[in-house]
Amino acid sequence: MIKVDSVSKHFGKTKAVDSISFEVQEQENLILLGTSGCGKTTTLKMINRLIEPTSGNIFINGKNIADEQPETLRRSIGYVLQNNGLFPHYTVAENIAIVPNLLKWDKKKTENRTAELMEKLHLTADYLHVYPNELSGGQQQRIGLARALVSDPPVLLMDEPFGALDNVTRANIQKEFKALDELTRKTIIMVTHDVQEAFELGNRICLMDKGTIIQSGTPADLLFKPANKFVKDFLEDQRLQLEFKAIKLIDLWPLLPDHQKDKAHALPANTDIWSALELLRFHNAETIDIRNEQNEIKTIGFEQLMSAFNQYKNKQA
Amino acid sequence: MNERQQTLLEFMQQQSDKLAVQTLQHIGLTFISLFIAVLIGLPLGIFIARKKKLSGSVLGVAGILQTIPSIALLGFMIPILGIGAKPAIVALLLYALLPIIRNTYTGITGVDASVKEAAVAMGMSKWQILFKVELPLAMPVILAGIRTATVINVGVATLASYIAAGGLGEFIFGGISLNNTNMILAGAIPAALLAIIFDFLLSLIQKLNFKKVRRVAYALPVLLFLLSSLYFIPSAYGGKLTAGFTPEFMGRQDGNLGLESKYGLKIHTIVISDAVMYKAAYEKQLDVISGYSTDGRLKAYGLVVLDDDKGIFPPYYAAPIVREDALRKFPELEKTLNLLSGKINDSVMTDLNYRTDYLHQSPERVAKDFLVVHKLWKTSREGNGGIVRIGSKIFGEQYILANIYSMLIKGYTNYNVSTKTGLGGTKICFDALTNDQIDFYPEYTGTGLLAILQASPKIITEVTKNKDSTYNYVQQEFKKRYQIKWLKPIGFNNAYALMMREQQAKSLNIKTISSLKRYLNSK
Repeated sequence: MIKVDSVSKHFGKTKAVDSISFEVQEQENLILLGTSGCGKTTTLKMINRLIEPTSGNIFINGKNIADEQPETLRRSIGYVLQNNGLFPHYTVAENIAIVPNLLKWDKKKTENRTAELMEKLHLTADYLHVYPNELSGGQQQRIGLARALVSDPPVLLMDEPFGALDNVTRANIQKEFKALDELTRKTIIMVTHDVQEAFELGNRICLMDKGTIIQSGTPADLLFKPANKFVKDFLEDQRLQLEFKAIKLIDLWPLLPDHQKDKAHALPANTDIWSALELLRFHNAETIDIRNEQNEIKTIGFEQLMSAFNQYKNKQA
Repeated sequence: MNERQQTLLEFMQQQSDKLAVQTLQHIGLTFISLFIAVLIGLPLGIFIARKKKLSGSVLGVAGILQTIPSIALLGFMIPILGIGAKPAIVALLLYALLPIIRNTYTGITGVDASVKEAAVAMGMSKWQILFKVELPLAMPVILAGIRTATVINVGVATLASYIAAGGLGEFIFGGISLNNTNMILAGAIPAALLAIIFDFLLSLIQKLNFKKVRRVAYALPVLLFLLSSLYFIPSAYGGKLTAGFTPEFMGRQDGNLGLESKYGLKIHTIVISDAVMYKAAYEKQLDVISGYSTDGRLKAYGLVVLDDDKGIFPPYYAAPIVREDALRKFPELEKTLNLLSGKINDSVMTDLNYRTDYLHQSPERVAKDFLVVHKLWKTSREGNGGIVRIGSKIFGEQYILANIYSMLIKGYTNYNVSTKTGLGGTKICFDALTNDQIDFYPEYTGTGLLAILQASPKIITEVTKNKDSTYNYVQQEFKKRYQIKWLKPIGFNNAYALMMREQQAKSLNIKTISSLKRYLNSK
């Protein structure tokens, strides 16, 4: 879907991005992860031509974006900024309607689409006619997301979308974000410096440093097959929690005892260990039932889960 | 005009026609220049916000323009644009540029970077970003700049009367010359009110919320245009000949008022400062001007004096007027100043003025040459027996006289001298004298009678019959009222006079004011 081919960006003598290449599949959620100044935001902004690369090519659906009108290109790519970038002189409704107006939608269509998004983002219609400065940080970020999604663009670029929010609000919005059906259909590239967020939301992660990609792979790849010491050290602090989030129950399937009790409330097997532990510990369930894609059911308790996790890790090592 | 106890309100009522015309002209001048300044400054401000490298030089140039004294700027305009509205508007718009350019630049560069980035990222074009994002968000700052420019313009527009562009300055400067407080206030109060009102109205616009600002942005140009057009309402009349009179002449019984009442002269008149009046007459922008009979430019520009056949211009014999306490403090002073008595007649004075005004010799040099020729020159004694403070009004003749007196005092006495020349008009000069800021300055009998004493019409007709009775009257009255002594007259009579270009006067066969009137009344 998106192909970045040996792209560099130099600012004077500084190589902000140094000949990087990666691909993003359709409906995939790719995270550009790294510390400040590693070149992740510059990379993101080259995809909608907010920054023009010094060399290299970027293709979306096989078309080189350098051949397109920047304005036309940008109207087909959703963009969410850290500081939301809402127009302070526009109401919520007007902010959401910016791209539809640029695309010359008729009024009714815009109104319907706006109402639909507001509902999905749990905002009432009362908010449509207020100005952004009257909203909380979390609400502003939701409107920013709605504005990016309104024309249903196939690609969504997100630049630290939850970076400016406090921890509680961020956790809530991340949950909503994962649950939002609009987003599962999109190809998303998201920039973050937050390792937890990357593991929570990404299908694949590009870990960047000093303008280059150090390792690119699934969260589990980064954890269990780190390319070098940099990757290992980067994840070290939060390793246990990351492992719980990276490993899915399906990965442990052969290691779990064959025992079935209840078919009705079984969890899908692509649930991660962290969520399963939450269910077991915080909801005081003795056991939980899980179901794989072949509709086989297993019932597990805390001890069984932990022992399967240990065996799995030993195998990886 | 000369009732003593006239109140400000009475004056304004009496002059309500002129007041209305001047106010309209003032508003018009302010807003024409503001309108053009916005047309130039706004795009320029946007341009330098895009090309930041140029911002330093553009703002620098606009800043330098701002520091040029207003009178000087008006002066620079005359050779290029002549007199009247054009140079005044250009000068005003140059003053208005800086706040408009600077605030546009600040406003646009101050728009939140993430808002601009969002606008670009959503696919807005450059122009859409400018009109939908940058300008609306910068509007409060831009309006603040326009507000500053408006207030500056209302103030500077008072000076437009110096170059015949009208406005409330006519009353203000006329009043200063005539020592007429009511007249000054009749100009100054409306000008101040205009500034306050426009400032207030613009502050209201500034406080409106974003949505309404969008509508204001459309309404503002229309409003500016309407206000601008006010200027042209009063100037829709014209005439055969055009007269240019100084603000002082306009308000004096021995000036335009006398011309109207005694001669019945009605001529299309514009008000102009005497600094540019002669030149304007020479360049045929004016046909009749109110000059001084000893002015050097008379000779330089080929002008002739029209004979005052009904005698409305009283004698203006010049003499030093001195504080009596200064005469006591400096016993040698009176004798020294009287050395000049009777030494300068009309033609000598015209010649001296010609040298400074036209040949551009310095007043010091002209003064010294004169003293040497008349064998009055003595080198300075470098004395230190106290300092005599000499004042002078702000025109060439007075500078020369002040220099002559200064050299005489230094040469004949042990006193030292400090000069305060260029005091801008009778009122300022005379106030400096009565408030003990200067010890003496050269004054004219006619000015003393009319502008300072403000004598009643009855006394005026009585004492202006000949030069001695005028002199005697002012001498007595000054002693009584102000403890100021008129010394012996210097000799020349620098009276008001109407003058025309020699050639035009000849071809139209106009020699006297009465014949001018007959020409104007004929078809």
